[in-house]
Amino acid sequence: MDDLYREVIIEHYKNPGYRGRLDPHDIQFEDSNPLCGDHIEVTLQTAEDGTVKDARFDGHGCAISQASADLLIESIIGKPVEDVKKLNKQDILDMLGIELGPVRLKCALLSLKVLKAGVYGLGEASDSLVE
Amino acid sequence: MSLNITEVRKDFPILQRETSTGVQLVYLDSTATSQKPLAVIEAMDNYYRRSNANIHRGVHTLAEEATSMYEAAREKIAKFINAPSARQVIYTRNTTESINLVAYTWARANLKSGDLVILTEMEHHSNLVPWHMLQAERGIELDFIPVTEVGLLDLDAYRSLLSRRPKLVSFTHMSNVLGTINPAAEIIRLAHEVGAITLVDGAQSVPHLNVDVQALDADFLAFSAHKMCGPTGIGALYGRLELLEKMPPFLGGGDMIKEVKLRSFRANTLPHKFEAGTPAIAEAVGFGAAVDYLSALGMDAIAAHEHEVTEYALERLEEIPGVKLFGPGAQNKGGVAAFTLEGVHPHDVAQILDKDGIAVRAGHHCAQPLHEKFGIPATSRASFYLYNTKDEVDLLVNGIYKVKEMFG
Repeated sequence: MDDLYREVIIEHYKNPGYRGRLDPHDIQFEDSNPLCGDHIEVTLQTAEDGTVKDARFDGHGCAISQASADLLIESIIGKPVEDVKKLNKQDILDMLGIELGPVRLKCALLSLKVLKAGVYGLGEASDSLVE
Repeated sequence: MSLNITEVRKDFPILQRETSTGVQLVYLDSTATSQKPLAVIEAMDNYYRRSNANIHRGVHTLAEEATSMYEAAREKIAKFINAPSARQVIYTRNTTESINLVAYTWARANLKSGDLVILTEMEHHSNLVPWHMLQAERGIELDFIPVTEVGLLDLDAYRSLLSRRPKLVSFTHMSNVLGTINPAAEIIRLAHEVGAITLVDGAQSVPHLNVDVQALDADFLAFSAHKMCGPTGIGALYGRLELLEKMPPFLGGGDMIKEVKLRSFRANTLPHKFEAGTPAIAEAVGFGAAVDYLSALGMDAIAAHEHEVTEYALERLEEIPGVKLFGPGAQNKGGVAAFTLEGVHPHDVAQILDKDGIAVRAGHHCAQPLHEKFGIPATSRASFYLYNTKDEVDLLVNGIYKVKEMFG
């Protein structure tokens, strides 16, 4: 249980490296978790070779949702957008290094859901994106 | 007479459990749902072991027993809120369904486009969304009694809203977030002066205060069993007799009819007119047992105990640097303490407290507009009932200090 608030999570929550908003951007998406009111927006700039040139997240929410957003954004910069589309739940859990119950899983996966809805150019972020 | 809390706590088997090895449960989430005393659990168990049968229209022994248990519980509930007769107590699933019943039957029969319904800014979603739906369908107008900075209803603003001649004033007796106990009798009196009907959301007040529908002069009162030591799945709607009699039925089906022809039906008399299909019989029996349990202890004694614990909790929470409490001071407040902790999201607070067995709720508590008003997405909420103690408040306070340390 103490593991849930591993230092890495508290650290990324308190001092996020990738909080902000890119303007201009090529991809933007935002969504909320109605359960907690967590909110995440991601903005991405893409390079001509199809990689993520730069990315940021913004929003508010619990330590789990904000730390996982920061870790996720950190991990995708420089990566091909096609690879970003393949990220799934397990990738996030591996980054966080913790086990989560069903309620907190939604917090952890919000940023991935938003990111994938953005890169796929979808109108809505559906839970099926992160299963 | 004051409560003997040691004895009261023994009545609730769940309070003896641990949430993990060596960690005793500290249940501070009764505003969401209360725990159940053995008397309620046994009444329901006994019903299933001995008397289970479908009610009404059965002549065999079990059907007779089940029917009289179901109706005896209604009598007890009626007496508990001082309803003039048990016919005026309709069983529903919960407060939400009770409010929807009024919205679907009374309101659809009586409200037309442009008619004004007054709500408040501190409503639970259950007293907002049914009216949003009716607004979309009928074009009724909605307006809201504002909540002041300290978390009270602005009664001057209410008086000026009344000059617009509302048809209905529907409001919470006690806020599930701020804990504010609203001056229900005064709100109702003023509404009646302009000819408006009143609906009181008693989900939080009926479990904690002495609520007397005749003293309040309420037209409707909605409440749930599960917040007052009873089971989930059952609640009640009290209504003034003339209103209930004139209202069209709610759901159609068995039990709500007097006579059915292939192409028509005649509705049953009260209260059955509003109770279609096989109801929650064991739950009704449990509801009756819950009312017996609370009545035996005395609602005034329960309210006094909660007040003492709440006053202490507010005092202790206020001491913690970074804690911000929402809602009025203890004198206008039920057993609810909603707060934020600077720099820590309420979900993280709740999760870390859970490690010490402390159950609090985090989120918008089904009152999103109220949280928006205060400019916060969520709060942590500790709530207190007859079985909570000052020692548990101390554990909560220690837990919050741990959270601060972790995020420090």
